[in-house]
Amino acid sequence: MLRDITLGQYYPVDSVLHRLDPRTKLFGTLVYIVTLFIADHVLAYVAAAIFLTAAIRLSRVPVKFMVRGLKAVVFLLLISVSFNLFLTPGRPIFTIGFLKMTWEGVEIAAFMSVRLVFLVMGSTLLTLTTTPNQLTDGLERSLGFLKRVGVPVHEVSMMMSIALRFIPILVEETDKIMKAQMARGADFESGNLIQRAKAMVPLLVPLFISAFRRATDLAMAMEARCYRGGEGRTKMKPLHYERRDRMTYLVYLLYFALCVAIKFI
Amino acid sequence: MAIEVRHLDHKYGEGTIFEQYALKDVSLTIADGEFIGLIGHTGSGKSTLTQHLNGLLKATAGDILYNGESIYKEGYSMKELRGRVGLVFQYPEHQLFETDVFTDVCFGPKNLGLCEEEIKRRAAEALAMVGLDESFYKQSPFELSGGQKRRAAIAGVLAMKPEVLILDEPTAGLDPRGRDDILGLVATLHEEQGMTVILVSHSMEDVARYVSRLIVMNHGEKVFDGTPREVFRHYKQLEKMGLAAPQITYVVHALRERGIAIDEDIMTVEEARDAILALWRKNA
Repeated sequence: MLRDITLGQYYPVDSVLHRLDPRTKLFGTLVYIVTLFIADHVLAYVAAAIFLTAAIRLSRVPVKFMVRGLKAVVFLLLISVSFNLFLTPGRPIFTIGFLKMTWEGVEIAAFMSVRLVFLVMGSTLLTLTTTPNQLTDGLERSLGFLKRVGVPVHEVSMMMSIALRFIPILVEETDKIMKAQMARGADFESGNLIQRAKAMVPLLVPLFISAFRRATDLAMAMEARCYRGGEGRTKMKPLHYERRDRMTYLVYLLYFALCVAIKFI
Repeated sequence: MAIEVRHLDHKYGEGTIFEQYALKDVSLTIADGEFIGLIGHTGSGKSTLTQHLNGLLKATAGDILYNGESIYKEGYSMKELRGRVGLVFQYPEHQLFETDVFTDVCFGPKNLGLCEEEIKRRAAEALAMVGLDESFYKQSPFELSGGQKRRAAIAGVLAMKPEVLILDEPTAGLDPRGRDDILGLVATLHEEQGMTVILVSHSMEDVARYVSRLIVMNHGEKVFDGTPREVFRHYKQLEKMGLAAPQITYVVHALRERGIAIDEDIMTVEEARDAILALWRKNA
């Protein structure tokens, strides 16, 4: 169950997408998200679908792997869909008590869910094709200008990379503690909501303890290697834009122009 | 015939590039009251195998019979199985969560749905078995020393009164004294309670002294299965797998290579000492 969380996981294959500069991919994801939010026409969603499909194909990450990542947001999706379905004013389809399903609601719900699915898949693709280290390197460089106004960009990106790096570790740890408690007869799957929440205590307490232990260990290990923040720190692998990055930016420009054009049709 | 494992396969991450065999066609029979050492280096599949024995992992193929009944049968109670086959994980102290030791040990029997009285009786019994007396009952499990924590955690499994006890590297991270204590405790449980014990380890030295049967795993397959003496005869193959026979085995074999007629099945330092002294007296 827990192995299904693909958000924040890296999928190690060699592809064009994997080789791109992380800044290019970050910027691409940003462009993609923006186009999703300005989209209000079916054509814009078609364009986004084509863009996403092409990216997934190029990444050589199995589609099955990506779809599994969606399971994590199913619950969120259901909530937003049902809210939109029943709480949007407009022409009614049918009414049950105070709940009214409207044509407008159906339309918004459909667009909303497509948007959410695309959003999750797009950002999952970013982390699947970019190692956490590259990702934070890219972020640090892209946001470097904020340093001038006093934002601790390096520290923030270091915190982010540590957080990302710990996702799989904590997932594994959760899996292990869960199994250990199940070996003692714990039941995480049955019972009502309150019983289930209570059943989480034997899982959460050890998990928090281990997270804190790992955090102090890591802090100690970093200090032992004289970590003192971003000041004067150099990179082992400085980022360089290549030809393929420039080409990709061109693709973004075309895609963005297309989406804006659709908006004005 | 407490546990029968038939042609067990387990694959991780089926259908992705992460796919790999964790277990490959493993078959074995574990009789009641046996004391077994399960040995293999990291990633050999020994932990995966133990998690199958109490149904935490489901095999990709193959079958497991507990007392003649398949645990994969429709409607088989996994909860009951887990009460009967107690599994103590590596670093079991990481699973402690209650405010005091006694309540934590009660967690297992409580999950089995026993009555209050029985729960308390079993918890007290289990704590006595691991050598934690009443002064520990009300202490927070997080204030105990490393070895005590581990004992408390083992008590948490013992309180379910399992028929089979599986311990995954119970001595990892303990000092030599703590290690001997825990292994001694396990040996006592086997002798006095008649429990079937499976001791998972990567240290030959640890298990050679206690177990009556050794199972060696490598790359998800069962490689050797026999008495420690039989298994240690393959010390050269064991070395290739990243394992080693007890150090005294090497001494004995080196002596034999020099033409000294010492018994090659010697496993402990004490046996070797006696044999060498006997030979020496004979020659003198």
